[in-house]
Amino acid sequence: MHSLTHLERLEAESIHIMREVAAEASRPVMLYSVGKDSAVMLHLARKAFYPSPPPFPLLHVDTTWKFRDMYALRDRMAETAGMELLVWRNPEALERGINPFDHGPLHTDMWKTQGLKQALDHYGFDAAFGGARRDEEKSRAKERIFSFRTASHGWDPKNQRPELWNLYNAKKAPRGQNGGESIRVFPLSNWTELDIWQYIMAEGIEIVPLYLAAPRPTVERGGLLLMVDDERFPLEPGEEPVMRSIRFRTLGCYPLTGAVESEASTLSEVVQEMLLTTTSERQGRAIDKDEGGAGMEKKKQEGYF
Amino acid sequence: MTHDASSEPAYRTDSLIAEDIDAYLEQHQNKGLLRFITCGSVDDGKSTLIGRLLYDSKMIFEDQLASLESDSKRVGTQGQELDFALLVDGLAAEREQGITIDVAYRFFATEKRKFIVADTPGHEQYTRNMVTGASTADLAVILVDARKGVLVQTRRHSYLAHLIGIRHLVLAVNKMDLVDYDRETFDRIVADYRAFAEEIGIEGFTAIPISGFKGDNITAAPSPSTPWYDGPSLIEHLETVEIANTAAQARAFRMPVQWVNRPNLDFRGFSGLIASGTVKPGDMVRVVPSGKTSTIRSIVVMPGKAGAAGGTGGDGELDEAVAGQSVTLTFADEIDCSRGDVIAAAGDPPQASDQFEATIVWMSDDALKPGRGYWLKLATQTVTATVQEPKYEINVNTMEHLAAKTLGLNAIGVAELRTERPIVFEPYVDSRALGGFILIDKMTNATVGAGMLHFSLRRAENVHWQPVTIGREEHAGLKNQRPRVLWFTGLSGSGKSTIANAVEQKLNLMNRHTFLLDGDNVRHGLNRDLGFTEADRIENIRRVGEVARLMTDAGLIVLTAFISPFRAERRMVREMMEDGEFIEIFVDTPLDVAEARDVKGLYKKAREGTLKNFTGIDSPYEEPENAEIRVNTVDMTVEEAADYIVSRILPLK
Repeated sequence: MHSLTHLERLEAESIHIMREVAAEASRPVMLYSVGKDSAVMLHLARKAFYPSPPPFPLLHVDTTWKFRDMYALRDRMAETAGMELLVWRNPEALERGINPFDHGPLHTDMWKTQGLKQALDHYGFDAAFGGARRDEEKSRAKERIFSFRTASHGWDPKNQRPELWNLYNAKKAPRGQNGGESIRVFPLSNWTELDIWQYIMAEGIEIVPLYLAAPRPTVERGGLLLMVDDERFPLEPGEEPVMRSIRFRTLGCYPLTGAVESEASTLSEVVQEMLLTTTSERQGRAIDKDEGGAGMEKKKQEGYF
Repeated sequence: MTHDASSEPAYRTDSLIAEDIDAYLEQHQNKGLLRFITCGSVDDGKSTLIGRLLYDSKMIFEDQLASLESDSKRVGTQGQELDFALLVDGLAAEREQGITIDVAYRFFATEKRKFIVADTPGHEQYTRNMVTGASTADLAVILVDARKGVLVQTRRHSYLAHLIGIRHLVLAVNKMDLVDYDRETFDRIVADYRAFAEEIGIEGFTAIPISGFKGDNITAAPSPSTPWYDGPSLIEHLETVEIANTAAQARAFRMPVQWVNRPNLDFRGFSGLIASGTVKPGDMVRVVPSGKTSTIRSIVVMPGKAGAAGGTGGDGELDEAVAGQSVTLTFADEIDCSRGDVIAAAGDPPQASDQFEATIVWMSDDALKPGRGYWLKLATQTVTATVQEPKYEINVNTMEHLAAKTLGLNAIGVAELRTERPIVFEPYVDSRALGGFILIDKMTNATVGAGMLHFSLRRAENVHWQPVTIGREEHAGLKNQRPRVLWFTGLSGSGKSTIANAVEQKLNLMNRHTFLLDGDNVRHGLNRDLGFTEADRIENIRRVGEVARLMTDAGLIVLTAFISPFRAERRMVREMMEDGEFIEIFVDTPLDVAEARDVKGLYKKAREGTLKNFTGIDSPYEEPENAEIRVNTVDMTVEEAADYIVSRILPLK
């Protein structure tokens, strides 16, 4: 008798989910944001289909404001996995020069929410994997693993398909009939932050170096410690970037992602800090604070992942 | 207050984290995983209990705690104290209403296990949510308010948990602080619950007196407030109970094929999640339903860090894989195998059939339409299925069977269903993976129902019968007769056994090899474990049918005398037999005549109400529509009836 560990059970479940999608969806895609959850999701996809490469492309919905380290790892990982990498930048946002310094919430809405919808429509994807976990945020806790979206990408939290056993309903109206309903699939639904870290260590998965502490140029803005990652960062008069030993618990657009001061330069030190710290992961992200507790739920109804 | 544990989380951060993180991680690398569901209504303190579990296991961060404190003061229901329920009531709409409306999943971990909690509401209209949450659970925590005891909803939750096959039930008697931790109150609730549990066939449960609000018996037991309690704390119990996944390893190997892995012409692998058993290279396997056999050549995994999760092999192959793992298998031979097939132990494969009896839970506002085609998904098979008019609906509050023409939202019923082609299955009681299915509306694509297969209504598809050299022809030939089943049906006291006896005597004198299976006699032996509920009656008949079929294979003329009141079951047995070998004999004695005879005094008891489910009185008898032979004992003597029957079945060869 071989009692499976929690990581083995989680791995098996995620792989099972990915294979169901590969078998039942006509044009699946994996959303790849280059963060640690994406790294785990990509690794699981490679295991699920080995020795074949995963039978779907990677899609990066780019905002042009990610950390430079993220772009570098993104291109390398796609190549290692033998997968096609699609990068989508919202043309309208590009044209209007939408950026997090001047446009506030519009930045996230246009680059990420609208950009994602455009990309899914453009390529005609009918199933999209995302790396969201249920422990991240309260409205995520209620979302299904196969989360149905209307042709306009809306999510109706009160009308979700019941999900029993490990039987997932991947049926949807084909493109043309209702204009292309789709399904967002969350293979990491049942993983916690600690599970992700443990798995990264156990499997030796490569992640963006920004997760580990190192001296980096920083400024303080609105209670967040921001990294000055390139010359586009507008410094206030008299403001000087300060070198601090920092790391990131979560990665997004660099002007919106708060760092934590830390000396944790190895994975196990990062986990140690995580276990001893008492603030939840998304605190470093400006996005959840916009509209109080219901902010994320509202964003999701509008089509945000 | 000595018993107030809320100020001190019992699961304080392990000092090992700060001292030696690598040792800590090593320790936590190999936890098990238990999934459970909490059932109870809003008032039972369910959300508070879950919030408490998260809080006590350090799953709440400071920023969440800060917002919990401010929310507790603003909208909380616990005065100035922390309202743990606010931690878990997620969506905006329900925060306003103060209730949980769907299935939510929560996570926490102790040193021994990681836990996934399905949180489902206790409102009647949300049966579907509870069934959904329970479908993946190893254990159910049934919450009872100590002030109120076992309520209708307690029964409903317990029944649903039992229906969905959860083997471990915890009766958590909550709010013990509000009854002064009174032992007698606890004992009375446990006794009430035990009586009910036995009634519906729940084999055992663990009762724990707790206070989610104060923290008693959550992490450590006994709490100073319940010195009289000598069982485990809730957490201790959750940490030690057996996980269903591990138990599944002891059963025969089965893996539904999800995806065929074919990167090039030299590699052909079959990917899937192992549903039960274990598999090793060299094992003989059979692909069902085709029945073709081969040998496992390899269990392929991505080469990687040796000893990592999922047993990633250094060299890309595993020595063994077990139930619960997702793997890719290759065969030694080139045999057909594709999505929907099941790879199984060669000597003990599952069967395929296209007609079943099943319990169905309806989950859509649009009621079930009997006869309409739905998509049925079971394991990795998707086929068109039609559901017949339900045999009955189950009242989840009283467990009574009600007549039903359809099933509406949240209704549970038993019905026959047919699939357009045979599917590989196992009864749900043996395998959730091969016995549980969902129904999908073909127009809206919504998941409208879920079901659990009881058994096939047909003789099994002979995909893997042991070939025998001496067959039924040879057996029958030696006896110089054609095997038959003479199936006597009729009311209790109609004269079935008497006439069957007389027929057997006549056949015996004609040198025929016969055997009489009598209802009462079978119930003393083979079917000793069965009662008189409708389900047991069906099973009784099914077993008799199986025995009769074996006897016809042995060449015998089998006579059976059973009330067998339902057409569906008689048809089920008919379909088990070779064409023309099943002869239905209706002993058509009117109820008043049978009741007047009342040889065994049973009608009297039934009329007095001391005998329930008695055919003809409070349980129906469905007369045969096309019986091969019809006799009665009003116009005919036993002798005449027996002679008539023998004459009708001639010639015997």
